[in-house]
Amino acid sequence: MKLMKNILKTIKPNFEKGGKLHTLYPAYDAFETFLFVPNHTSSEGAHIRDSIDLKRTMVLVIIALLPCLIFGMWNTGYQYHSQLTLGMAGYQDIYSMWDHFLFGFWKVLPLIIVSYVVGLSVEFAFAVSRKHQVNEGYLVTGMLIPLVMPIDVPLWMLALSVIFAVVIGKEVFGGTGMNILNPALTARAFIFFAYPTKMSGDKVWVHNGETIDAISGETALGELASLSKLDVVSNQSVFNQLFSSEGMYSLYNSFIGTIPGSVGETSVVAILIGAFILLFTGVGSRIIMSSMFLGGLLMAYIFNLLDVNLFMSLPAIHQLCVGGFFFGMVFMATDPVSAAQTNQGKFIYGFLCGVLSILIRVVNPAYPEGVMVAILFMNVMAPLIDHYVVQANINRRLKRIQK
Amino acid sequence: MDVKILKGANIKLKGVADRVYGNIQNSTLYAIKPSDFHLVVPKMVVKIGDIVAAGDVLFYDKNNDLIKFTSPVSGVVDNIVRGDKRKILEIVVESDLEIKYKEFEKRNLVSLNREVIINDLLLSGLWPLIRQRPFGTIANPNDVPKSIFISGFDSSPLAPDNDFIFHGDTELFQLGLDIITQLSPGTTHLNLDGNSNAAKCFSGAKGVQINNIYGPHPAGNVGVQIHHIDPINKGDIVWCLNPQDVISIARFFKDGKYDASKIIVLTGSKIKKTRYYRVLQGMSVKDLVKDNLIDGEKRFISGNVLTGTRIKEDGYIGFYDFQVSVIPEGDYNEFLGWLLPGLSKYSLSRTFFSWLSTKKEYELDSNTHGEERAFVMTGQYEQYMPIDVFPVQLIKAILIEDIELMENLGIYEVHPEDFALCEFACTSKVPVQSIIQRGLDIIKKECS
Repeated sequence: MKLMKNILKTIKPNFEKGGKLHTLYPAYDAFETFLFVPNHTSSEGAHIRDSIDLKRTMVLVIIALLPCLIFGMWNTGYQYHSQLTLGMAGYQDIYSMWDHFLFGFWKVLPLIIVSYVVGLSVEFAFAVSRKHQVNEGYLVTGMLIPLVMPIDVPLWMLALSVIFAVVIGKEVFGGTGMNILNPALTARAFIFFAYPTKMSGDKVWVHNGETIDAISGETALGELASLSKLDVVSNQSVFNQLFSSEGMYSLYNSFIGTIPGSVGETSVVAILIGAFILLFTGVGSRIIMSSMFLGGLLMAYIFNLLDVNLFMSLPAIHQLCVGGFFFGMVFMATDPVSAAQTNQGKFIYGFLCGVLSILIRVVNPAYPEGVMVAILFMNVMAPLIDHYVVQANINRRLKRIQK
Repeated sequence: MDVKILKGANIKLKGVADRVYGNIQNSTLYAIKPSDFHLVVPKMVVKIGDIVAAGDVLFYDKNNDLIKFTSPVSGVVDNIVRGDKRKILEIVVESDLEIKYKEFEKRNLVSLNREVIINDLLLSGLWPLIRQRPFGTIANPNDVPKSIFISGFDSSPLAPDNDFIFHGDTELFQLGLDIITQLSPGTTHLNLDGNSNAAKCFSGAKGVQINNIYGPHPAGNVGVQIHHIDPINKGDIVWCLNPQDVISIARFFKDGKYDASKIIVLTGSKIKKTRYYRVLQGMSVKDLVKDNLIDGEKRFISGNVLTGTRIKEDGYIGFYDFQVSVIPEGDYNEFLGWLLPGLSKYSLSRTFFSWLSTKKEYELDSNTHGEERAFVMTGQYEQYMPIDVFPVQLIKAILIEDIELMENLGIYEVHPEDFALCEFACTSKVPVQSIIQRGLDIIKKECS
């Protein structure tokens, strides 16, 4: 520790004003403050300050993401191995839990590394060129992006989407805190629209899905969408087979997360552990989470009542447990920068996020993953919602004068 | 009227004062600091070496020469300390051993009227005690306020306990109230802490409306109380006083001399014996804390830790402050401090494991625990803002200097001190109080 302090001390002059590497000062500063909470003392205003800072906040979100990450790694291996051994007698015994995890670990790790290395490089480059400190926002984005990707997404594609997300999603608006769209979802939307074959269909959600001739490598939502397209009577029996308590996408499996999907989105249990961490520490917005849940539940319930096709007939709770609804609710919609900023606004924003997520996925089968589109759309609408909430406050004040 | 404040927080700090009066030798150096009076431009009346009596004018406000600032003690003008651009920082008076008072006309207390009261307060230098909202500046004697507010308690960290200080001052306090109520045709409000039993002089006060305020800090901030009891609209003016100011005014009219004494409390975790002291306005802190400090780097604050002014070890108590806080300076690096569990790190959030601890008091230092960042977390300020304004939106309106938006969002109802808790809790370490002050200054400039 002392050694590190001394190293920093000896190299610091190079980065300070007049030093050879002064232009790289933001990069140096990011490393120094990463290692040591700086010795800054309050110079104006309150003399004492809360121990919390942005690094702490971001690190807590990452901790909240760990259950999803670990489960996602395991599930990657589990999905691959179970497809591989499908039909074999006694296949359950060939691979252990640990095998599943290790397999997934080595598949997911490159995604994480690429996401962080590329994303942070862009962030540092912008910090250096704009001469401001490196904001910690990307620490979370960098973890979110791999978790919302299909496991086999090519690394160059991932890198491209990260660059797109950071530059177009964030930096063009002024960097962390100024962005309109959630950067992680921007990255996902980029691949979804630019390379749709890598982001949809029944071949991408399980590793090597194309070559191992996966019979059921489709996500639950994809399956539902295709079942609802044609009004074939036999679909009902397929639906029953897949979504009944014995089926592949049973409520139990959807809740635990042993179904194909993006790396981190499948397990509701893991997500709920993360949600608990976020809510308990106060980092995540409980208003958004609860109102989005309510909105989604209500919409799914309305569809249950309408019951026009098989997609709509899926029980409301089951509807929420498949796809990325929970992941979006806990980790995406709650991004404080792109969400609504007033408390009342947050409620409306979250509620509409929930309603739209289910609405889009059920009514428009071309976008089975409605959550992403719904949240991005509501990101754009959030300032408008806030505008009306703030206007209401202004009107209250004006009314008081007239009284 | 009962007011329940739901938003806010009490910060549990080490160094609460014992309810005991301490003895100190009289200080020899006293100073009046023009910087205590926001927007006042001092025009000096005395020069170094002049001999003054207690109540003699030291300087007046260039913008309003009615408002005078007088010497708290008799003696010799020892120094006029100037800073950048020759800005006057301190007028230091070396005190005589025995204080000689300037004689003011003694009034018949029964026949006092508004004009006489204002005139005498202006002459004596007591007028600056009366401040106005909006802006928190010294009241303009030409205004007629719609009401007067006295916050009977201070809810800020380690604040003096007025119920202790005012024990037995019933008559004098009532006299002061009788004088002050004449300043406004409207109501005079005396706001008391609903969470505790108020001293008799407060609860038994006559001629005023007594309001009980329940809830955590900033319940004691007069701005919060005004907002809930009789909110300020554009164009409204409310005058505010501290209860000790009421006593000072009463004493002046009773005795006909400017007695600048007040009771302050010496608090903070770097003080050995935290005590109450009777001192004179502008006393040197050096004499106050003599032999009473705990070793280590210290920060001296005139006022409380949230809104007070940083002073030097040999600085002087501020004109409006009833408290001196001494806390450790936080000039240290912490290895991976943002990652550690943080069992002993105080936070209003539960992001550190200190929520596990049942510790009653924390020793907080001046470390900011992080660098200033872009504004990211939302909903944080709202938890500590009992006034119905949107704090973040107001701050942003100030940053873009949109005057109309600031007015619409309620800038007239706020003062930097109301945002002190927001600043404390802010994840991005935004200097909230100075931004609010900047907004008020912009509006004030626009109004004049």
